[in-house]
Amino acid sequence: MGHTVTLTVNGTSYTREIEPTLLLVELLRETLSLTGTHVGCDTSQCGACTVLVDGRATKACTMLAVQADGATVITVEGLAKNSEMHPIQRAFAKEHALQCGFCTPGLMITAVDFLERNASPSDAEIRHAIEGNLCRCTGYHNIVNAIRSASAEMRQTAGVRPKVAAEVNR
Amino acid sequence: MITHPFTYQAPSTLEEAVEELGRSGDSKVIAGGHSLLPLMKLGLAQPEALIDLRRIASLRAIRTESDGTIVIGALTTHRDIAHDPIVRAKLPALAEAAGAVGDLQVRARGTIGGSIAHADPAADEPAPALAYDATIRAVGPKGRRDIRASDYFKGTFETALADDEIIAEVRFPAPAGRSGSAYEKFAHPASGFAITGVAALVTLKADGGIERAAIGVTGAAAAAYRATAAEKALAGTNGDAKAIAAAAAKASDGIAALSDLAASSDYRKHLVTVFAKRAILRAVTRARA
Repeated sequence: MGHTVTLTVNGTSYTREIEPTLLLVELLRETLSLTGTHVGCDTSQCGACTVLVDGRATKACTMLAVQADGATVITVEGLAKNSEMHPIQRAFAKEHALQCGFCTPGLMITAVDFLERNASPSDAEIRHAIEGNLCRCTGYHNIVNAIRSASAEMRQTAGVRPKVAAEVNR
Repeated sequence: MITHPFTYQAPSTLEEAVEELGRSGDSKVIAGGHSLLPLMKLGLAQPEALIDLRRIASLRAIRTESDGTIVIGALTTHRDIAHDPIVRAKLPALAEAAGAVGDLQVRARGTIGGSIAHADPAADEPAPALAYDATIRAVGPKGRRDIRASDYFKGTFETALADDEIIAEVRFPAPAGRSGSAYEKFAHPASGFAITGVAALVTLKADGGIERAAIGVTGAAAAAYRATAAEKALAGTNGDAKAIAAAAAKASDGIAALSDLAASSDYRKHLVTVFAKRAILRAVTRARA
């Protein structure tokens, strides 16, 4: 039995007829063609599929698309605004925080949720925050550097740049 | 990918959800889905119908009743529990356990009701539920029923919850008197599950000694349990390091400890005593602060 769901992804409203078995990450990638969100393990361990759902970093492989009816979703494609990269994106590039890039979208989304709630994290807090995101090639050192670097820039522009991960209670 | 088909609905009241649950013998309740959806992907759970609680807003709240009982709605996420100022102040072992669940994303969607209903032997929140003597309030076709945590966890994924019941809330009595509590966990490095997790609550006498202790242990046995031998050993002592170590040494008494690749049963029993000691020590320190 099909279900009609309406959700907002990166500011655009979509209405689609879907089956209950469809995962949110499958809706994003296969129905909406937003392939920036990756599927690494499909077992909610690796975090490559992390997107913001109503402002919370969520593993999109562990949520049914029907559960996202009415939700506001931000994917990696929604981080840049008016062709200007988000500070976390610039920081990942500057600090060489990626090699193959497969884990990068999920890590950046997790980092945005984390940094918008903790503006001045310690390195230990950063490492704790990214426990749900696995990287198999860069190593975590430069990723931690990038998140620390982004936090500094985000502190300077706080109040100017609207929060990406503003929580929505539905 | 989920291949087994199922129907889905999201009723707006708990009564409707209970009614729907009774309609099919093979339906499952879903909240955050962080235990159920992985099982469905593996084919270990193949429900015909999913009943999503997400529209029942009344289940997503933390409130304090007039007698001080802190009531946590079943849909409250680990993240919201970990950050709640009342829980942090009154039930720090619960806040610490909720903050130690899985990872940031799992905490953002996983719920206390789901964790308690699923009853994974390595889940975190059963330990503080036992230590604080929480009550699980379930709603079924015959009305509501309160189940003490100490009567609730029966075995691996086995609980006192009936198939036609839904957890509405978990009720934590506010610790009385001069008390302190803490949660200490030895996490599996990959999964984040507790190889051992210990929640300790102590209440002090006027002279600073231990009047009473309650200790909940998860991860070590088929079901989370109260370490009653350790509780008895600690009560009446002066609560110094020696007394705490002697009591903690009894925290794995009488259990059939789990054994797996991460930890043999002997090692797990050892870990229980070490983490019980740490949890009790911090609980006593907090009670005396």
